[in-house]
Amino acid sequence: MPHASRLAFALALVTGLVVGAPAYASDDEFKLVIEDHKFQPAEVVVPSGKKIKLVIENRDATPEEFESHALNREKVIAGKSTVSVFIGPLKPGRYAFVGEYNEKTAQGVVIAQ
Amino acid sequence: MLATAIIVFREVLEAALIIGIIAAATRAIPGRNRWLAAGIAVGLAGAGLVALGTERIAELASGVGQEIFNATVLGIAVVMLAWHNLWMSSHGAALAASARGVGGEIRDGRRECSVLLIVVGLAVLREGSETVLFLYGIAATDGGASWSMLAGGLAGIAAGIGVGYAVYAGLLRVPLRWFFTATGILVLFLAAGMASQAARFLIQADVLPGLATPLWDTSALLPQTSIPGTLLRSLVGYEDRPAGMQIVVFVLVFVVIGAGMKWLNTAPAQPLRKGAPS
Repeated sequence: MPHASRLAFALALVTGLVVGAPAYASDDEFKLVIEDHKFQPAEVVVPSGKKIKLVIENRDATPEEFESHALNREKVIAGKSTVSVFIGPLKPGRYAFVGEYNEKTAQGVVIAQ
Repeated sequence: MLATAIIVFREVLEAALIIGIIAAATRAIPGRNRWLAAGIAVGLAGAGLVALGTERIAELASGVGQEIFNATVLGIAVVMLAWHNLWMSSHGAALAASARGVGGEIRDGRRECSVLLIVVGLAVLREGSETVLFLYGIAATDGGASWSMLAGGLAGIAAGIGVGYAVYAGLLRVPLRWFFTATGILVLFLAAGMASQAARFLIQADVLPGLATPLWDTSALLPQTSIPGTLLRSLVGYEDRPAGMQIVVFVLVFVVIGAGMKWLNTAPAQPLRKGAPS
C-alpha cells in the first residue's frame, strides 16, 4: 500500500514539527493583581529588549482573561488564582492590555523603556 | 449586551467556521452528520470540563499549563487536519465520483469520520471552554445587567453559528470540479493557522523563542479585531502582530502538508471501486 506508507511518512513529519521544543530560562518578573475587575498597578514599567515574566494574580472570585493585541497575548485566569505570562523582548513603547471579561474597568498598559 | 454578544461571537466564530468547512469538505462521506453531531456534543461536554478545571490546568507545568494544554489541543487538530487533507488527496477522485451518485461506500470512511469527530470536538472544546467561563463570570456577578448580558451571549452564539452555516452553504455551491481543491486549500490554511496559534502559546509559555516580537505590525492597516481581520484570522490565521516563530511554523506546516497533498495526488491513480482493496 504505497498510499498508506506515504501517508504515514507525511504524518510523521507534521507530528515532528508540532511536538518537542527546548525550554528557555526566565528573566525579569513583574507582578499584577486583579481586584474588583481592575488591574493594580494599571501601569507596569518594564525594561525594553528583554524577555519579561508577568505574574498575574486574580483576587476576584470570577475568571478573567488577560488579553493584549499589542503584546499578542491572551490567557484565562480562573477566580482566586495566579498565572504567568511571558512577553517581549519589547521595543520601547506603550502596550495596552485589558481583562476581556470586564473590559470597561480592567484596563492597563505595559510601558517598555 | 452588545459587548457580550461581540465577545461570545468572536469565540464561537472560529469553531463555527471550522465546523462549516469540515462539514463541507466531508459532504461525500456517508454518515458524516452523525459524526459531526457527536463531535459537537463531545466538544461541548469537554468545554464544560475544561472550564471547571481551568485552575487545575493553569497550575500544571509551573503556571503555564494552559498554554501547553492549548498548544497540545491545537497540535492534535493540526495533525488531524493534515491527515484529513492527505486522505482526501489520495481518495478525492473517488469521493468526487461518489458525491455525484448516492451512498458510495468508501473504504477507510469510518476512520476519516473519527478524524472529523476529533477536529470538530477539539474546536468546540477550545473555544467553548472560554465561552463557558465568560458566561459563568457574568452569571456569577450580581447586578441587574446579567440577564441582558446572557441574552447578548446567546445572540453571539447564534450569530457565530449563522456565519459558520453561511460558509458551509456557500462552499456547497462551489462546482464539484473545484470543490475538493477549494476545501483542501481552506483546510490547509486552517491547519497552518492553528499551528501558528500553537506556536504563539508556546512562546507565551516561554517554551519556544519568539524570534522577532513582532515580525510585522499591520494593526493600523488591517486590525485583527475588525470584522475582515477577524474573518481572515479564523480562515487563514492572519495576525496583525505575529512573532517571527509563528510565521516559521506557519510556513513549515503549510509547505509540508501542501507538498504531501501534491505528492499523494500525483501518485499513480488507483481507481477505487466499491469494495475494491486500495
